[in-house]
Amino acid sequence: MSGIPHDHYEPKSNAGKYMHRRLPIIGLIYDTIMIPTPKNLNWMWIWGIVLVFCLVLQIVTGIVLAMHYTADVNMAFASVEHIMRNVNGGHMLRYLHQNGAMLFFLAVYLHMARSMYYGSYKTPREITWIIGMLIYLLMMATAFMGYVLPWGQMSFWGATVITGLFGAVPGIGDMLQAWILGGPAVDNAALTRFFSLHYLLPFVILGLVIVHVWAFHTTGNNNPTGVEVRRGSKEEAEKDTLPFWPYFVMKDLFALAVILALFWALVAFMPNFLGHTDNYIEADPLVTPPEIVPEWYFLPFYAILRAFTSDVWIVIAVNWLSFGIIDATFFGVLAMFGAIFVWALMPWLDTSSVRSGRYRPMFKMFFWVFIVNFVVLTWVGAMPAEGIYTTISLIGTTYWFAYFLVILPWLGLSEKATTPPATIEEDFNESIRQQMERSGKTSSGPEPERVPAE
Amino acid sequence: MKLRKLALATVAAAALALPGGMAEASKVKGEVTNFDFSFQGPFGSYDRNQLQRGLQVYHNACAACHGLQYVAFRTLSDPGGPELPPDQMRAFAEMYEVWDPDERDWRTAGPNDRFPDPEFEGAPDLSLMAKARAGFHGPHGLGINQLRKGIGGPEYIASYLVGYTGEEDFQAGSMFYYNKAYGDWVSMAPVLFEDMLDYADGTPATEEQMAKDVAAFLMWTAEPHLNSRKNAGLTGVIILGVLTVLLYLTNKQLWAPIKARAKADIKKRKD
Repeated sequence: MSGIPHDHYEPKSNAGKYMHRRLPIIGLIYDTIMIPTPKNLNWMWIWGIVLVFCLVLQIVTGIVLAMHYTADVNMAFASVEHIMRNVNGGHMLRYLHQNGAMLFFLAVYLHMARSMYYGSYKTPREITWIIGMLIYLLMMATAFMGYVLPWGQMSFWGATVITGLFGAVPGIGDMLQAWILGGPAVDNAALTRFFSLHYLLPFVILGLVIVHVWAFHTTGNNNPTGVEVRRGSKEEAEKDTLPFWPYFVMKDLFALAVILALFWALVAFMPNFLGHTDNYIEADPLVTPPEIVPEWYFLPFYAILRAFTSDVWIVIAVNWLSFGIIDATFFGVLAMFGAIFVWALMPWLDTSSVRSGRYRPMFKMFFWVFIVNFVVLTWVGAMPAEGIYTTISLIGTTYWFAYFLVILPWLGLSEKATTPPATIEEDFNESIRQQMERSGKTSSGPEPERVPAE
Repeated sequence: MKLRKLALATVAAAALALPGGMAEASKVKGEVTNFDFSFQGPFGSYDRNQLQRGLQVYHNACAACHGLQYVAFRTLSDPGGPELPPDQMRAFAEMYEVWDPDERDWRTAGPNDRFPDPEFEGAPDLSLMAKARAGFHGPHGLGINQLRKGIGGPEYIASYLVGYTGEEDFQAGSMFYYNKAYGDWVSMAPVLFEDMLDYADGTPATEEQMAKDVAAFLMWTAEPHLNSRKNAGLTGVIILGVLTVLLYLTNKQLWAPIKARAKADIKKRKD
C-alpha cells in the first residue's frame, strides 16, 4: 500500500492461500497495520488514534441513545430526561456522548495544529489534508445538529441563529433557510431532519476517515523533521522506520489511556462543566435567552461571524461596491465560511519548501501567535458582542486571514530556514543521544565511563 | 379541586405578565453564597437524611405552586435518593392528585405517577432547576469559578430562598419582593419561615437549613443518579490508571531494544 518498501503478507497455511487467492483481505489488513512508520514520531502523532476512538465512541453511544430518544418537539426534551432517569446507564451514555463530542473537537484541533506546525499538509499530502478538512466540516454539521436534538433553549435558539446565517444570503436567503428547516422557523420538521442527518453523517465521516487513512498510507506518514523516509531499498527504509504494529499501536494506546482517564473523570465528576445551563430548560420559541452561545468548539468561528458589524470600514466598502447586496450579516457569514476555506487551501498558500516548522524560526513565531489567536477568538466568541470584544474579534479575524493569505505565502519566499537532518534515523539517534545526556546529568549514581579517576 | 385550579389559573395569568421571574434568565447577577453540600467534589454523595428533609420542605413550601414533572414518586425509594421505605413512599404519593387522561379526571397519585405539573402557570417546573441555573461565573468567561466552586445551581436555589431583603413593592396590581440572590425584584413571595415545620429527624428548622435541604433535594431531582455516576467515575479512573501504567511499561519494554540499538550506534560512532 505504501510507497515505502517493506514486507508483504505471504500466506503460509493452505487455508491462508485459499483465502488469499479469492479475497486478499488478510493481506490488506497486514499491509495496513504493518505500515512502515517514521520512528521519530513524537507525542503529537497520537491524536489520530484518539479521533478514531472518538468516532467509534460517538457512533456506539449514539446508536444506543437513538433507541430511547424521540424526535418530536413535544417529546424530545422529555425523552432525554427519560434517558437520564429511567434507562439503565442512560445518564452515563448521554454524558459520554455529550462530552465525547468535546473530546472529538479538542483532538481534531490538536491534530490540525500538529499538521500545521510540522507541515503535514504539504506535498504530497494535500489530498489527506483536504479530506481531513471535509471530515472537519462534517463534524461541525453533525455536532451542530446533535446539539439541537435535546430541544433545550440553547438547542432551539442556536439552531435559529445558525440556520439564520443561510437566511442572510442575498435574494435566495429566505428560501434557502426554509428549505433547510422544512418550514419558516425551527420546528418539528427541522428536528426530525436534524435527527436523521445526525445519524447519517457519522457514517459518511467513517467512510472519509478510511479514505484519509488510505491517502496517508500511500504517501507515508510525515514526521517531526518533515524529511521523507529513504526509499532506495528495504534495508534503508528500515533504518528510518518501524512497523506500526506493535511499536506505534502500543505507544498510541498508552497515550489514549491517559486521555481516557482524564476524559472519564470529566464525564463522571463534572459532566456539565463545559455545557450551557440554559439547555436544561425546554425550548420555548417565545422566550429568547439573554445570551445565545454555541458550544465552545464553535466559538472561534462565532467570533469571526460577529466581528463584522456595519460600522467596520471594510463592510461599508463592500456594501457600497456590491450596491448594498452584501450587508454586515452576510459579510460575517462569508467571513466565517471563508475562514475555514482559507484553512483548507493551506497546502497551496504555503510557499515554503521546508516542510517542518522546526527548521523555520520565523514561521514558529507566527504559528504560535496563530495558536494564541485561536484561543483568544474562542474566548471572545463566548463574550457578548459589544464594546472591546468586537474590537478584539476584529483583530483576531484579521490575523486569521493574514496568517493564511499573507504570512504563509510571504514567509516561504523571505525566510531563511535552518537545515533539517539528512535522515530520520539521524534525528532519532540525536534524540536518544540527548536523552542519554539528560539522564547522565540527572542520575545520582556514579558513572565509571564518564568520571575518570583522578 | 377544580375550583382551586381555576382560581390559581387566574392568578397565574396575572403572574405571567411580570418582568423578571426565574424562567427568564439563567445568568445570575445577584450574590450567591457558596454553601457547602455533601454531594460536592469527586467523592461527594447525597446525604439521605438531607434529601428527606428537603422533600419535606418541598412538600410544605414549594408543591403548592411548583411541579416536578420528570420525577416519579417511585424514585423516592431508589438507592442514592431520599430512599423512603416503599410504604412511606406510597403514602407520600397518595397526598398528591394527578390528572388522569384516561379517566378525564383527577385521581390519587400512585408510585408510578410523577409529581404533578406546576399548579401555577408562572411558577416554573423545578425538576431540572438545579442544573438550569449557574450560580457562579467567570472570571471573564473563563470558567475558573465554575471549576473551583461548581456550576452553582443548588447554591443559587438556597441563596434565592434566603435572599429576600423584606423590601416589597406593589406594582400594576401585584406584589414584588426584592431578592438579593436574583439581584432584582421577583414575583415569588418568601416561603421559608423559621420553625414553619418540624423535621422528623429533629434537625432545627432554621431558614438556612430548610433552604439548603430543599436545594439538595432539587439537586437530586435534577441529577438522580449522581451517586452512581461518581462511583463509576472512581472505578473507571482507577481501572484506566492501572491500564495506563501497564501500557506505559509495555511500551517502554517494547521500545527498549530499539533505543539500545540506537545507543550502541551512537557509542560506535564516538569511538
